[in-house]
Amino acid sequence: MSIRLDKPWIEFSKQTIERVTAHLGVYQLANAGKEIIYIGVAGARSRFGLRGELQKWLELDDIATSFFRLEVTMAYKTRHAELLQIFLHDFKRLPLANKNLNVTAMGRLNVG
Amino acid sequence: MDFTLNEEQTMIVDMVRKFVQQEIIPLEKDLDPDADEVDHDTYDKLVEKTKAMGLYGLDTPPEYGGPDISMVTRTLIAIECSQHRAGLYVPCYNAFGGARQAQLFEATDAQKEKYLYPMLKGEKKVFFGLSEPSGGSDPARAIQTKAVRDGNDHWVLNGTKLWISGADRADYGLVFARTGGEGRSGVTAFIVETDWPGFNVTRVVHTLRSAKYATEIHIENLRVPHENILGEEGGGFAIANDRLARQRVPYAAECLGVAIRAHEMAVEYSKIRETFGATLSSRQGIQWMLVENEIDLRSARLLVLDAAAKCDRGLPFRTESAIAKLVCAENGFRVVDRSMQIHGGLGVAKDLPLERWFREMRIRRIGEGPSEVQKHVIARDIIGASLR
Repeated sequence: MSIRLDKPWIEFSKQTIERVTAHLGVYQLANAGKEIIYIGVAGARSRFGLRGELQKWLELDDIATSFFRLEVTMAYKTRHAELLQIFLHDFKRLPLANKNLNVTAMGRLNVG
Repeated sequence: MDFTLNEEQTMIVDMVRKFVQQEIIPLEKDLDPDADEVDHDTYDKLVEKTKAMGLYGLDTPPEYGGPDISMVTRTLIAIECSQHRAGLYVPCYNAFGGARQAQLFEATDAQKEKYLYPMLKGEKKVFFGLSEPSGGSDPARAIQTKAVRDGNDHWVLNGTKLWISGADRADYGLVFARTGGEGRSGVTAFIVETDWPGFNVTRVVHTLRSAKYATEIHIENLRVPHENILGEEGGGFAIANDRLARQRVPYAAECLGVAIRAHEMAVEYSKIRETFGATLSSRQGIQWMLVENEIDLRSARLLVLDAAAKCDRGLPFRTESAIAKLVCAENGFRVVDRSMQIHGGLGVAKDLPLERWFREMRIRRIGEGPSEVQKHVIARDIIGASLR
């Protein structure tokens, strides 16, 4: 089982997001070059789960999002932490739009 | 057995109960239902309050600055602290000091300076690396991580550890490795720093406990100074084991605390929820479930306090702590399950804490030694000696 989120990218648009499930889970946003710019989570306080979270970004649209992909999971908190740590391992930094996270407080994975 | 609380215990229980109800439960209204921490400012404010109560550092011995309380009092506090949504695994969001690696109290003076005191001050984070893919219940036999002496000054460690909490965030921790033959006397405890080459946290392990994860560690040619052996060479199992019986008592009490709260919720709900023109509480089927809850809780309470009291009196309490862990985890799980059933659909929704408790209580029947291993411990004592 891959620990990376390797689902196919989906075009970031009102129409595609309307078809997204309202389940809980994690998601990634990417720019036109399919570089990850945000790793997000739809937790149990999200009103419409993944769809609701993505719709918020659609309204904001301040980070030039072109694509998204997602994973439905009830372990959304631990999976979110894992995806952030994988990104940190790969790029030695967090995604550009994950601004409010403290890198030093995060765990360190060596995923090889 | 008389477990009537003395004046001091009554005061402490009352104080902690108010703290949970007034400071912790209101916080959870805004947190994710799976939250396992609060922000730094909130945490600091909570700690200020537990320090003012004189109860910060619950599991730290008094000579190192912890409160001078008996095991019975510690158990009563654990029962109270866990009575909120995150209470089973992060009672009061660690405002009472959180988990400590008690084994480090066995360290040499130099090791204490370097590793114990920074941990006690909260400056450094620590992990406990005992379990391996080959098993966690019987570490004396299951440990395959090897440590080979390299000259006089170093050891070289190789192996894999599994189910290790907090290793990805820790500054250092304890790794138990085989330095000798099979069995208990072949295991040695090493203090390992996580930024040393050869120490790799390779993955997060997702479980029912979705608030917090365990990790897997790969150790590859990790060089550890000889001076970082904790205790004696070959004495690792004793170090790991000595504190386990003691830690198992508040661990069991936390299961009881959550179950008490679930039961209270079920009683309250049964009085207001009506079906077919009458409250649930008027139905014999529900009444019997509540009675079974009550019996499960009372028996668990007596047994966990019995273990704590024997510990306080300096009597052997390994069997008692195994019984307490077994009964509190099994009874607690049943109580949460019945309480969930009484709540119907609401019971499984994340609106209420019951679904989180249900998932986490399921783990408690396995964590810190599965129920079957506790039975094995108890059986060994019964068969090896008498019940007296």
